[in-house]
Amino acid sequence: MNKLSINNLQKKFGSFEAVKKISFSIAENQTVALLGPNGCGKTTTIAMILGLITPTSGSISINNQMLKKDHHYLSKMNFASPYVELPKKLTVLENLKVYAMMYEVPDTKNRIEQLVEELNLAPILNKKTGELSSGQRNRVSLAKSIINNPEILLLDEPTASLDPDTGDFIRTFLENYKKKNSMATLLASHNMDEVSRLSDYVLMMKEGSIIDEGTALNLISKHGKENLEQVFLKLVRQNEN
Amino acid sequence: MKIRRILSLMLRHLYLIKASFPRIIDLIYWPTVQIILWGFVSKFFTMHSTYFNNTAGIILTAAILYDFLFRSSISYNMLFLEEIWSRNLINLFVSPLKISEIVVALTCTALIRTLIGLVPAVLIAIPLFGISLMDLGLPLLLLLLSLYLFGITLGLLVTAGLVRFGPSFENIAWASLFFIAPLGCIYYPVEILPDWLQVVALALPLAHIFEETRSILITNTANYMNIYNALMLNLVYLSIALLTFYRSFKTAKIKGSLINVGE
Repeated sequence: MNKLSINNLQKKFGSFEAVKKISFSIAENQTVALLGPNGCGKTTTIAMILGLITPTSGSISINNQMLKKDHHYLSKMNFASPYVELPKKLTVLENLKVYAMMYEVPDTKNRIEQLVEELNLAPILNKKTGELSSGQRNRVSLAKSIINNPEILLLDEPTASLDPDTGDFIRTFLENYKKKNSMATLLASHNMDEVSRLSDYVLMMKEGSIIDEGTALNLISKHGKENLEQVFLKLVRQNEN
Repeated sequence: MKIRRILSLMLRHLYLIKASFPRIIDLIYWPTVQIILWGFVSKFFTMHSTYFNNTAGIILTAAILYDFLFRSSISYNMLFLEEIWSRNLINLFVSPLKISEIVVALTCTALIRTLIGLVPAVLIAIPLFGISLMDLGLPLLLLLLSLYLFGITLGLLVTAGLVRFGPSFENIAWASLFFIAPLGCIYYPVEILPDWLQVVALALPLAHIFEETRSILITNTANYMNIYNALMLNLVYLSIALLTFYRSFKTAKIKGSLINVGE
């Protein structure tokens, strides 16, 4: 069953069409990656799903129910991005308590303890979030994004600017988390290895449209390339000259 | 509306206040300086002006009430600006928090923030200048309620501007109260204004509130009509502010500017 369905979603800013009537769906326990160059409409698409931007036309359905303008599904969704931060002056524990309350998480104490253990947050629990390294901050941000056991998780470049070790920690965590929890994930990333490793299906976006899609392996073989990065470069540079 | 979600946002800001001693000092420092300054001015006028002859502290009382209004409005703006500065706004907007819950949480937290700053200053005024707000009697509660409603109204309008136009609207946040202060007739009677400006001033709740404050202190009797007018005007302005706030969110979502405010 499709957890999230996007149908003919379009966003126009004046005469500029940022997203051009795209359609895709994400099934339960599936991870779909959105790939594309900067400005191709990935962030606008995610923002529309999160209710931050009102679509010009088209619809978003969750569990086959079309969302209204001010949807109330946000308690079952969550989001993480290195470009959106948690309050820096609050400790990690205080931030987790605040967001657990905000998402009305039952048995808050237990849930926070669980996340602290799984994401190895114990040594930094009483540190102010602003004093953490980018890798530690990323782990805290990830903890916030799954604090409500979301049915739909949206990740915008979850490992951007992380060292390979921390990046691998996050990717391994997400792989394991997905095995234990039924969750539909939409991943926007520029890291092709990450996309190949984490996603079940890839959507290639360019200038607001989905120009190709398939599993990472299918796309690689279809375009006769060695890896996803080469496919990405081929598609992005197509018709550029 | 869910109480737990409202409390979560209040908790976030109370943690912030608790985390920083300089922040608490900053909250207390400005109202205290303001009240001490106006306390001495008031004392001087009381000794040398026939108008203030029998009403010690009329200026200081007005200064305290104006500071209450100023702090409540600025507190509201500050709470929202804190979210922008910490780049946390998107986390709030993608959470289940409804706009109405954000408004209630900020309104309650702004009151706590205002009281942290003002209560010590008001208490200092009693032994230092022999002036107590309690001299206003029972109407004090209604006057404070009216001032707080107007402070929140201004806070909502400025926040609506921040949502719609982004952090560049920040300067307006600081200047908002100074724009209308001359029309508030805080330190002088409304009759001082030219006739046409009196009409404008009386269309604001502030003129009624401060007229009534002076009236109580001079005549020792309360004219509840002034208080009623102030409250009614407040309800009108608050409704306009709420509509503007909702409208700005709607427009920001259509124009896509909500993302830029939060990042």
